[in-house]
Amino acid sequence: MNRLLDELRGPVPPRAHDARAIAALAANPGCARRAVLDAAGVDKDGTARHLGFPAPFGQSQFAITRGNAFEALVKENGCAELLRLLRELLGLPVAQVGYQDVENVGSHLRASHTRALIDRAVRDRDDSAVFYDHPLLGLEIAGHTSYLEPDVLAFQLGGRFHIVEIKSFAVIDGQAEPEKVAAAARQSAVYVLALRALLEDLGHAPERVSHDVVLVCPENFANRPVATLVDVRRQLAVLRRQLARMTRVDRLLEGLPPGLTFSLAPDAEGVPTRSAGELAEALSQVPARYAPDCLSTCDLCMFCRDEARSCGSTDLLGRQVRDRLGGVAGMSEALGLAEGTVEPAEDQEEIAGVLRLANRLREECLA
Amino acid sequence: MSALLALAQLRAVRDGVAQPVTTVRHCHVADRPMVFVPLKLAGEAAAPLGAMVGTDPEHPRLLVVPQPRNRDLRFAFAGELAEVLLPYVEGFGKTTETVERKSGEPYERCLDAPQIVVPNRPAVAFTGLLGRSTRFRRADGPYPVHPSVPLLGRWLTYFADRSAQPGSSLLLAATEALGAHWATGQSGLEDANLAALLGWIDPPAGMDGRRAAEEAEDPLLWPPAGPATDPGFDNEVLGPAIRAYEEAPTARAVERISEALRTQLEPTWRLVWRAVELLRALPEGSRVGDRWEADRGSFTRFTERIAEGGPPQARRDGAVSAAARLAGLERARAAYDVQRAYDDPLVMAEYRLSGEAFAGVVTAAEPERFEGEGRSRKLRPLVTVRTDDPVRLAPGTAVGSPDRKGHGAEVVEVAGGEVVLKVTKGMGRGRTPAPGAVPEPGERVCYTSLTDDFQTSAALPDPEETPWTHGGPPAEYVPDDDDAREEWA
Repeated sequence: MNRLLDELRGPVPPRAHDARAIAALAANPGCARRAVLDAAGVDKDGTARHLGFPAPFGQSQFAITRGNAFEALVKENGCAELLRLLRELLGLPVAQVGYQDVENVGSHLRASHTRALIDRAVRDRDDSAVFYDHPLLGLEIAGHTSYLEPDVLAFQLGGRFHIVEIKSFAVIDGQAEPEKVAAAARQSAVYVLALRALLEDLGHAPERVSHDVVLVCPENFANRPVATLVDVRRQLAVLRRQLARMTRVDRLLEGLPPGLTFSLAPDAEGVPTRSAGELAEALSQVPARYAPDCLSTCDLCMFCRDEARSCGSTDLLGRQVRDRLGGVAGMSEALGLAEGTVEPAEDQEEIAGVLRLANRLREECLA
Repeated sequence: MSALLALAQLRAVRDGVAQPVTTVRHCHVADRPMVFVPLKLAGEAAAPLGAMVGTDPEHPRLLVVPQPRNRDLRFAFAGELAEVLLPYVEGFGKTTETVERKSGEPYERCLDAPQIVVPNRPAVAFTGLLGRSTRFRRADGPYPVHPSVPLLGRWLTYFADRSAQPGSSLLLAATEALGAHWATGQSGLEDANLAALLGWIDPPAGMDGRRAAEEAEDPLLWPPAGPATDPGFDNEVLGPAIRAYEEAPTARAVERISEALRTQLEPTWRLVWRAVELLRALPEGSRVGDRWEADRGSFTRFTERIAEGGPPQARRDGAVSAAARLAGLERARAAYDVQRAYDDPLVMAEYRLSGEAFAGVVTAAEPERFEGEGRSRKLRPLVTVRTDDPVRLAPGTAVGSPDRKGHGAEVVEVAGGEVVLKVTKGMGRGRTPAPGAVPEPGERVCYTSLTDDFQTSAALPDPEETPWTHGGPPAEYVPDDDDAREEWA
């Protein structure tokens, strides 16, 4: 299967998934196109650009600066500020707090160093709390290992690990924007999963990693951080299900024509050698399931939206509309059923009745 | 989401232009609204970057914070905003009318109230946050600010809170107000883009809605309606301009930032006014005035609260006030839904589709029919209505009609496309029904089980008697220096 995936990707290195990308995998589980591209490690952003449909995602330098400054503040002096917060939140002992910066060993060794440190921490069981800064965790996704960088791992007294996620959105009077908290929870769940996999691999109990992650955000309008525990059990369940599904990507691959590839192999100038038209043609072999939500999560959203438009799919108007139309896939078909110009199929009688009535009411009221 | 709305969206796609989903306007549009288009610094909760504000579409006031991280400049911005907003708001508090009540003392109510229009829902949230970050400030003490700043904070908080009330028009988000009256050929998520939404509703000549909406997604042609700015603009234009100001805070540097922000604000400013015009052109629903009256009452009470020197709104509601607020919101929601249906046949059609309402022609009427004997003898006319609607009303259900005020009936029987009704209310005091009180054969009528009956408020204890199960009585608010000193970084 891996050979097949390599072929789909072409002679370029697989795209590593970061936690945000992995979390996004769970966003639209019904999309075969996305599942196949992600399993093959295809660079979706590069693909979208080459197709002429770049994703509308950009980040402002102000947001980046603010995020970095806040993270630095929380971590400065060996995570002193973080210690203060966790002492209150988790009841960490005052004495004996260690700080290990995994980044000291150089990037090529970070994963194995993290692994060794975690192993030692579990075995030693001395009563100290240790922060691990810049850890690197591996997580296998559809046969490829992705490397993830949680902000901080905290090791608590009693041998329990907590993932610490530092975010720069504000918590105002105890409330934060729900979408941002949800995104942070999804992302942290990926780290919990990766650390649990590591413990299991080392022969330790994975439950030592708490499903309560520590979310650190600025409080109110100041820079002063505040920590909150966020339960990510639900996100973990969704993620596990989705990752398990990805390993079954072979079923999706079965029906694909032989020799299909999404290769972005560059020429001497770094421009992909295949034409955008060929690439679009190849992509159309794997069905997408476009939904307006893709516009905020998937690099290929603009391409898929354009495709959904050209075939007049009801997906364009959103899931709710599609459900309301009884799952009728085509816009002109639904309109035809409403106006009585299309004969309903056997299983469409009911929805056709509703649409015809809706059409009559609309005509009557707007006459 | 109903099949009617879905159908309107499908038509919008086919015809290339947004379709009406109402026959009348359901929000109030003031004669002289104030449009407020705020921008905030990316990555910050409520750091104002600039705003365009005013009541004259031709003469917006541009407010700019040349270094959004500078606390003093932020308060200067709040002070300038107060200079524009407070006179506008306070002007409405001056003329009042005396309202007589059946029971209790007559009271004063402002004749008109302010209306603020912002581009979208995030702008409403930003208004609330700007209010939160300024209402606890003080004009004296350790970090004094201009006295208008905390006052502005309280008003902004009031407007943002009030906008959660269904049917209120004191603070309108243009995208929501438009979205309540038109269905476009794109998803709700895409409708949140004001330029795209207006592209569908009112495409430029020679362009269809879809093309106009596509164009509206290009941030270079149509900057985002805020409060978040376009990241490309931040990185390429605003960033360098702020750095230049940092190096030399001259009038020229401020001018450069002002001009940059103007390019981002002006298109949205025009779009919001366009939205106001489009809404104003719709005929007003007959119950919009009642809801605006409730808005005027609410505005009057808040004006009085400020005049009496009441404390700023609490950070969090206490148990009793939270319960009262929720109950109030629920009542307002129910009343708003019913009122819209009574005002607008196209909204009523939603209920006809679901079987909670029906319309048809009267085929038979028995106006002088009585039930009971002696003293309990009552006038109970029967009316038979022929309808093609799928009626799902059980016998005994009380129904009302948008055609007759105070009219009430009860479903007797539904069979074979005919509904038999027994009229129970609204026939006058005479022995026979008042003229016109009972529908006559041949008349077209509409009945629904939705009724906007008066609901009493839930019985709640006074805040001082909050039971211990709900945290006990909330602590009285005492302004302290910490509040006034709170960082705004």
